Amino acid sequence: MPEALTSGMEAPADEAALAARVAAAHAAATPLAIWGNRTKASVGRPVQASAAVSTRALTGITLYSPAELVLSARAGTPVAEVEARLAEKGQHIVSETPDLSALCGEDGAAEGPPTIGGAVACNLSGPRRIALGALRDQVLGIRAVNGTGEVITSGGRVLKNVTGLDLCKLLSGSRGTLAVLTEVTVKVMPAPEATATLVLRGLAPDAAVAALSAGLGSPFGVTGAAHLPAPGRLLGPGGPATLLRVEEFVDFIPYRTERLRALLAAHGTAQVLDTEASLPLWRAVRDAAPLAVAPGEGAWRISVRPSAGPRVLAALEAAGLRGFLDWGGGLVWAAGDGTEASQRAVMAAAAEANGVFWTMRAPAPLRAALPVVPDEPAPLAALTRKVKAAFDPKGILGPGRLYAGI
Amino acid sequence: MLAMPEPKAEIVARRAEIVAALAARVGAANVISEALRLKAYETDGFSAYRRVPLAVVLAETTEQVAAALKYCHEQGIRVVPRAAGTSLSGGALPLEDAVVIGVSKMNAILEVDFEDRLARVQAGVTNIGITKAVEGEGFFYAPDPSSQLACMIAGNVAMNSGGAHCLKYGVTANNLLGVTFVTVEGEVVELGGEHLDAAGYDWLGLITGSEGQLGMVTEVTVRILRAAEGARAMLVGFDATDVAGAAVADIIASGIIPVALEFMDRPCIHACEAFAHAGYPLDAEALLIIEVEGSEEEQDALLAKLQAICARHGPSTMRIARTAEESAAIWKGRKGAFGAVGRISPDYLCMDGTIPPGRLPEAMRGIGALAERYRLQVANVFHAGDGNLHPLIMFDANDADSFARAEALGADILKLCVELGGCLTGEHGVGIEKRDLMTAQFGPVDLAQQKRIKTAFDPGWILNPHKVFPLEHA
Repeated sequence: MPEALTSGMEAPADEAALAARVAAAHAAATPLAIWGNRTKASVGRPVQASAAVSTRALTGITLYSPAELVLSARAGTPVAEVEARLAEKGQHIVSETPDLSALCGEDGAAEGPPTIGGAVACNLSGPRRIALGALRDQVLGIRAVNGTGEVITSGGRVLKNVTGLDLCKLLSGSRGTLAVLTEVTVKVMPAPEATATLVLRGLAPDAAVAALSAGLGSPFGVTGAAHLPAPGRLLGPGGPATLLRVEEFVDFIPYRTERLRALLAAHGTAQVLDTEASLPLWRAVRDAAPLAVAPGEGAWRISVRPSAGPRVLAALEAAGLRGFLDWGGGLVWAAGDGTEASQRAVMAAAAEANGVFWTMRAPAPLRAALPVVPDEPAPLAALTRKVKAAFDPKGILGPGRLYAGI
Repeated sequence: MLAMPEPKAEIVARRAEIVAALAARVGAANVISEALRLKAYETDGFSAYRRVPLAVVLAETTEQVAAALKYCHEQGIRVVPRAAGTSLSGGALPLEDAVVIGVSKMNAILEVDFEDRLARVQAGVTNIGITKAVEGEGFFYAPDPSSQLACMIAGNVAMNSGGAHCLKYGVTANNLLGVTFVTVEGEVVELGGEHLDAAGYDWLGLITGSEGQLGMVTEVTVRILRAAEGARAMLVGFDATDVAGAAVADIIASGIIPVALEFMDRPCIHACEAFAHAGYPLDAEALLIIEVEGSEEEQDALLAKLQAICARHGPSTMRIARTAEESAAIWKGRKGAFGAVGRISPDYLCMDGTIPPGRLPEAMRGIGALAERYRLQVANVFHAGDGNLHPLIMFDANDADSFARAEALGADILKLCVELGGCLTGEHGVGIEKRDLMTAQFGPVDLAQQKRIKTAFDPGWILNPHKVFPLEHA
């Protein structure tokens, strides 16, 4: 018997059962909402579906070969379980998956912790994205169920593979609308021995991004570059905080931080935080904690070229939102009133800076009424429809999740 | 020999009309139709196969690419996209009834921004050309395929090219921000842009490595990286392949990710040494070249750790470069490996399977047994950290039997890679070379899914036909 969930989600016990469930929905042309543990329930448009299917019962790490830098896990495996297993061997997934449960889990919606399948389906990456790649860059292989109930595979378990079309990247970030991920294989890397953070205080966003660019353009291996206009309790008093992270072997840290301090001298005098102080700080940045979102508020991510970040932030502040910068200035996290005016300010700021946005949290009516990601130009919108149909001809997998009517 | 399709007689018969129509759209100076000049486009880096195309368009602008594609799409004329033509899998091999659309004239660097660490270039800029444009400021473009002096970024995007340094820096797909993409209908769209990550479907990820099956790329925005302070290599020889493989596993498990970790077997060591006189140990069965990056002190520390790890495996030789010159000497043989094998054999096929690195000993034994069965010599050079094998199969193209055996051996080696848990191609692409082996890696459901995506982009299947997908599927 499938596990009974408070939300009424069905949780097929294995891939075959999930495939049979999707095949039945395909035959009956009844839409399905696709979930993991619903920790990102507020991301995307609301889906009109008569049933909800979760991958949460597909759990377990099926392959871990530390010397080959590869791990496979079923889609419903908690990210934390994967991370704990990797940590036993001193390894990690470099894209450091955010835990957005607090930000994006609608009240009481979550059925458990974030899953690896949900993370890949949303292509969520933390601060290391700017230096070492997105989660989609770590995905080596997938198994998934397409909209007709067929089990499809792409990629494999090796680090270099260009055989056939790369469905791993196409399905990463597609939010279950093309196929339901059942298993993912990711590249893993040695985790750093030590972490240090250089902190500059009191910089305006423009000056902060200049400092972040200097760090990221240095040979000293900056793996995190964020600017918090209002760090609040994360750091002591001192106004805005500009953060640069170095992760290395313990013995290499003093040299790297000293060279970076010297390089950044023109931007201010950097304080250096050790591993113990650095880890919670970067976890907070990763999880967008500095937004301190209140009930009823909305939250958004905007990705632009780094030098445009301050301009986007200023435009959003002028519209009454607040935010902070990650990815060297290229990722703007914003929060504020969950209103149409806020949503339109985000859309306009992203468009003006030639970037993209994601609505991460907003009242459901707003997410239904306005785009949650930028509308595509006509030729791409046509491809979106055709590729969606190539996976899911009857449009039963999370219809409307990304775009109205698709 | 791989089967090639019969040219469509009705298209070939319309050749003069097609050439005139293309000239009207892109300018006569950008259309090649004379037999002698067309011959230059009859093949690519996979030169065992040759087909003189119907015509060649060398576009100067995105609009010309779009106009040529639109015309061919409307007329049902096959199109073979081409950049530098260095493909080792026949990715740019023309057909007699196909128009080649080349981007080699589009070779301008459009923008370099060190603050945002990106470069926007036209599709015909060479791989090394990007690094040359940014190295003055200490930056580089990371993917470095062996053909980087000649190969162009459009081809790198089409094949998702790798190189010796991708264990640390990733392949092409990991280093792109955006492309200007021309659909088969001649629509021009931007995929990605100047920002990270896709908001909707990851078109950039899908078209990277799609081998010209989905459309053409005319401009590319790449990420540029600041180079490390320095790099140095070490060379370690072992008496047995298995031992070298165990040393590689220990290195990775130690937490050090070398920027390069290259493996050569005995035939390859000998060929390279005869060619480059790099001082390689001729008594070794396996040779590792390991390169690390960082400050001088960091390099020293990393090399000392690697030395200690390798020492546990009883190496027959160990040499650590103390200077950049000594490092270059260590690399000299490896970088000349293909040329070196070319010198001892009239011809060679360069294979490109990937295996899980832990299966290296089985792969080497399997390749050895297959080579013996087909009575051919194979030299192996191998990106050891990521399991990407490059067996070089030596044969004589003037001897049809020798070539047939070489092709059959190559196919069996790739099937072995798949059986060991790997794949047919790590960085060269499927092209025509591995087209008929796709069923060894993918089941019918997987191939059908890929074909439906192909159809969504290219309903008439005119783009780079008879490649990637097995012939009966096209």
